[in-house]
Amino acid sequence: MTPARPKRATPTPDGAGSLDGLLAAKEIIIACGPGGVGKTTTAAAAGVMAALHHGGKVLVLTVDPAKRLANALGLEGIGNAETRVPDEAFRSAGLKPRGELWAAMLDTKESWDALIRMHAPDPQTRDEILANPLYKNISGRFVQSHDYIAMERLYEIHSEGEYDLIVVDTPPTRNALDFLDAPQRLADFFSSRLLRWLIVPYRSKLVNVATKPFYQVADRILGTQFLADISEFFILFQSMYDGFVERAGAVQRLLSDRRTTFMVVSTLEGVPLREAEFFAQELTARHLNLGAIVLNKVLPAYLQGAEAATVAEAMKERSDELATSLAPVLGSVDSALGDEAQIRRVLVEVAESFLNFRVVALREAEEKSELGNVPEVLATVPFFDTDIYDLAGLVRLGEQIWD
Amino acid sequence: MTALLDLKLVFVTGKGGVGKTTVASALALFASQRGKRVLVCEVDAKGEVARFYEAPPTGFAEKELLPGLFVMTMDTEASLREYLKLQLRIPVVGRIGPLAKAFDFVATAAPGVREILTVGKLCYEVRERHYDLVIVDAPASGHIVGQLAAPQAINDLVKVGLIRSQTDWMLDILSDPTQTGLIAVCTPEEMPVSETIELAVRVREETTVTMSAVVVNRVLHELFGRQEELVFDALSSPDPSEKLAELVGGDPVPVLDAARLAVTMRRTRSTHLERLREGIDPAVPLLYLPYLFTRSHGLRTTRQVAASLGEELGY
Repeated sequence: MTPARPKRATPTPDGAGSLDGLLAAKEIIIACGPGGVGKTTTAAAAGVMAALHHGGKVLVLTVDPAKRLANALGLEGIGNAETRVPDEAFRSAGLKPRGELWAAMLDTKESWDALIRMHAPDPQTRDEILANPLYKNISGRFVQSHDYIAMERLYEIHSEGEYDLIVVDTPPTRNALDFLDAPQRLADFFSSRLLRWLIVPYRSKLVNVATKPFYQVADRILGTQFLADISEFFILFQSMYDGFVERAGAVQRLLSDRRTTFMVVSTLEGVPLREAEFFAQELTARHLNLGAIVLNKVLPAYLQGAEAATVAEAMKERSDELATSLAPVLGSVDSALGDEAQIRRVLVEVAESFLNFRVVALREAEEKSELGNVPEVLATVPFFDTDIYDLAGLVRLGEQIWD
Repeated sequence: MTALLDLKLVFVTGKGGVGKTTVASALALFASQRGKRVLVCEVDAKGEVARFYEAPPTGFAEKELLPGLFVMTMDTEASLREYLKLQLRIPVVGRIGPLAKAFDFVATAAPGVREILTVGKLCYEVRERHYDLVIVDAPASGHIVGQLAAPQAINDLVKVGLIRSQTDWMLDILSDPTQTGLIAVCTPEEMPVSETIELAVRVREETTVTMSAVVVNRVLHELFGRQEELVFDALSSPDPSEKLAELVGGDPVPVLDAARLAVTMRRTRSTHLERLREGIDPAVPLLYLPYLFTRSHGLRTTRQVAASLGEELGY
């Protein structure tokens, strides 16, 4: 950040302090919210702050970090494995963490494979599933499989008891709630009566009255071979049925555990904010713990000032006269800067720019005051005018949110 | 390359939060203002598109919201029903309940089925020439490739059957650069630019669809030329800024700070813009849309963006 006067450009964040409590008390923090609001970065900053101030082992489980964020965490080039962020990275940022910071990226395909290896009853079934073309499709392309696997991986890591705090960033989904339903949907999917219908004819060649129309239609649309492929896949999968359903239930319980909290991240723009609001309501309705709302990229408060607006208006309206009066002063700084026409253009441009951003700042303030269903912790993060590309940047962001 | 508005089928995609739906709605509005009969199809069924025209949410049956501008929301189950009725003449009307369940199951089990019904419906509208232009508010950039590649994937997976016989004509439409195109929307920020560059590569390697344009949304204009910036710097120094305070009778520091913020924002963003220009095939045009200070959504915004798009397209 390189603003001319950092003190002015940095309003005091409100609601801070109790966010620190969440970092100290919870075992899992799930960052969620609409796309493009800085969810991943906020989750990373939370992990950094926890490692710095609370100690212990902290893991940031991220989905798709920006390249520079991955660099900042020392994550570039690593996959599913949990990797420790080297102390050297902290030292070069002039920091001494109390605890350890670890990070991992979620690789959907790899995580699915690991899950199959765990649940498969025998090596042969395992290899057949891993080689099945439908399985490859599901694990790689199936959108909802991302949602499920993120929660599954979280459960897996948590149940190993290796970390004091896990901060997880949720995958970008069509609907911000998809990942909450994913474990249940998977369980439903495997318990489905239709699953048994589908498997029956290839097992016993028995087609009953109820399933016949389904086969007639499915056969005409998909072709018999494809239907057989599907069946084979499910017969293989059925051997893992109990394991999956049990697991899905456990994931669900972990999400609603008191040790888990949700951190809704948004900006104050209309559309994302509505989505975040809806999300906060849904969490409450599902009896999940809404710990905090973090509002990112909020324009600095000085933009709302009424006096400054009057000054800007005057700079615009009286630009000719002001330029004439300022020309000698600026000319004395450097003779090349005394051109009246040029000074006038600068004054108008500066004033216009302020008035433009003021409209946005006022709109944001209004949106914030209209925000319903606010949890106790509401943090506002000022607009960072440069990208975050190292650990120091994450700490700067973290300090805005947490200190 | 075929002019954007002469295409028959345009997919609009982009990372979440960059204004994908705004651009899709605005492009459709602009095309309809030019006298075209346009269908906007929303794929991530949220009923959002209608809000960009200040209308209540739409369903699978298209609705004319403005003259020549039709909007529909994709529903793969309804698409299957329509397909069965039109193509197979299967009497499923009475039994749609169990069929829907069965369909849901197969679609979940066999990825690609849902996608093919979406793409199939869109290609069908193109083939039947019900509209001059079909604009798709497509899934976000992470999912669009799977959708566009679905006909090919089905071709590989399903060896026989009706779905298989249907994919060939769909592929013909999707692969024809004079009929089908893809627009990627992004903003001049780190992640959206990186995703757009990655998307361009994946579209080229994994699909048969042509990338027709990249729309860069929320571009901030340059405040100062080089010499003007020197004037601005001097103006912010103690003596001149005190003089200015005296002349206007108030503290100009917040106003000057705001301009400094705008300059820095613009500068950070311009490095990402450069990265975008370098990362995208020069044959793909970049269209720039200005940052809108007044409104962020609604028909007023759609109209403003439509006007800017029109200018960028050279009308």
